[in-house]
Amino acid sequence: MSLTTDRLEMGPVAGSASAHSGTALADPSAPLSGVPYAGLPDPGLPAPRPRIGLATRRSRRDRLAELAAQKTAAGAGWAIVVILAGVLVFLLVQGWPALAAGADDLPAHASDFWTLAGPLAFGSLWASALALSLAAPIAIAVALAITQYAPRRLRTALGGAIDLLAAVPSVVYGLWGLMTVAPLLARVYPWLTAHLGWLPFFAGQPSASGRTILTAAIILALMVVPIMAAVCREVFVRAPASSAEAAYALGATRWETIRLAVLPFARSGIISGAMLGLGRALGETMAVAMVLSPTPFLVTFHLVESSNPNTVAAFIAQTFPEAHGLETSALIALGLILFALTFAVNAAARRVAARAAGK
Amino acid sequence: MSELAITGFSASYGSFRAVADVGLTIAARAVTAFIGPSGCGKSTLLRSINRLHETVPGATVSGTVTLGGEDLYGRAVDPVEVRRRVGMVFQRPNPFPGLSIRDNVLAGVKLRRHRLAKAAADNLVEVSLRAANLWDEVKDRLGKSGTSLSGGQQQRLCIARAIAVEPAVLLMDEPCSALDPLSTLAIEDLMASLRQDYTVVIVTHNMQQAARISDATAFFSTDGPRQPGRLIEYGPTTTIFSRPAEQATADYIAGRFG
Repeated sequence: MSLTTDRLEMGPVAGSASAHSGTALADPSAPLSGVPYAGLPDPGLPAPRPRIGLATRRSRRDRLAELAAQKTAAGAGWAIVVILAGVLVFLLVQGWPALAAGADDLPAHASDFWTLAGPLAFGSLWASALALSLAAPIAIAVALAITQYAPRRLRTALGGAIDLLAAVPSVVYGLWGLMTVAPLLARVYPWLTAHLGWLPFFAGQPSASGRTILTAAIILALMVVPIMAAVCREVFVRAPASSAEAAYALGATRWETIRLAVLPFARSGIISGAMLGLGRALGETMAVAMVLSPTPFLVTFHLVESSNPNTVAAFIAQTFPEAHGLETSALIALGLILFALTFAVNAAARRVAARAAGK
Repeated sequence: MSELAITGFSASYGSFRAVADVGLTIAARAVTAFIGPSGCGKSTLLRSINRLHETVPGATVSGTVTLGGEDLYGRAVDPVEVRRRVGMVFQRPNPFPGLSIRDNVLAGVKLRRHRLAKAAADNLVEVSLRAANLWDEVKDRLGKSGTSLSGGQQQRLCIARAIAVEPAVLLMDEPCSALDPLSTLAIEDLMASLRQDYTVVIVTHNMQQAARISDATAFFSTDGPRQPGRLIEYGPTTTIFSRPAEQATADYIAGRFG
């Protein structure tokens, strides 16, 4: 059956092709760049070239469009590299002097640059890790709820609501965290130290203001959830229906189907989403700067005490307005540290995601 | 015993009725083929036997399907339990992503019994893969991903996965349509041996295949597009293919439509 239809379809196609090149084929003496519609007034456009089968060159317009697309894409690609290099050079040149600076010139009277940078880098990583470990399960659950459990009509609305969370400015999260969440948590923290104080994380004297690293991490988590949930939703939706049917046909329940057919497929996507979220948490400045009540040079894993480590981004934002000379250099060098941290996290994430995808 | 009886059965997608008023009894330990032109409802009927049809939003059924006298659509019946007794193999091989060959075979069993001794698991993997004629090809790489196999091997892996849970019935929805002739031959050979232990129902577009492998054949057709599929004729395969009672059956088998 298919053979005959193929031949039938071939007919008109071949016919139309010869009709295109008709001028040239039918009359070999016709000039190659002739005007085919000699009777019509010349509209002022370049004369169409006669088409001679496959050997026809693409039109000038096509070639220009192709060239433009290629160059624009390549230009955009290179622009990223140039901007990245520019930022790196700026950070290196401006920050370099601070590496050799002493106590008199550095912010917070740090004895040397690394004494300053170390605890801040720790603070950034610790707060982000906390935020991610709070956000990841919620984001995955939210994405599963929307893609697998919610009634069809609710899915779009729920998805939109989550996306809206991502659009809330971080300063709003900061205000809300400072004025509502922190006082609320301040009432919970004593209970945590009393009952979970045997865990080193909850040891010590609970903060009265609630402006601790855990509060900051919770606010960060709220900001990470929408990003991660959006990525997870995309990959969950794309999980092949055939695998889900296979699971159902084996007698899997809804949750077992998700475990067998959806999550394994989505693993690399989940990791990518988590890393995007981690990137956001590492770089987040405003919300942390507003919520957290930091203590200089502190490195601690305690979550609910009134003395807390600060993060790089928040420290830069808090100190920059009054910085001058080498202090400014030191802040820029801190920026370089943050840049390197984020870069390392991204690189690691790529490797993990690639490995998960390859399996 | 594990005889399937379908009576007064209709299935719809929303307002579209795909199958109307079908009644037939499918013998145990035999291969029954569903044939008919596209859109005649044979796949929908097949997917109703393990209650997979109802996982499609808006899908509804009426009528009864009984397995060994038990109503599969009874009020107290859990569809999950039905699917554990009625296995299914799909048109496209669909091993689970990220699971090894071994874990694919065990996937269904692990849903039921979470603790499985390693020796018992090893034994079950070997028995199932042997039953699916795949053991000799994969015994040295059971830890490799199921998706690393060829299409024909993946389909036999899916058969092994389905029979590992020892269902009473095995449904096959055009199991060979995505496979090359050699793999098709391997699956057809396999069906001949599966007949000894299972009630096999196969949907196929390939009439030679239906004639080769089935004991009974049901021919379905419709009066046109968007019309419900109906059962036209049902009987022993030899009768259907040599002396069909209905003109539509004869026309379809002779290749005059469909």
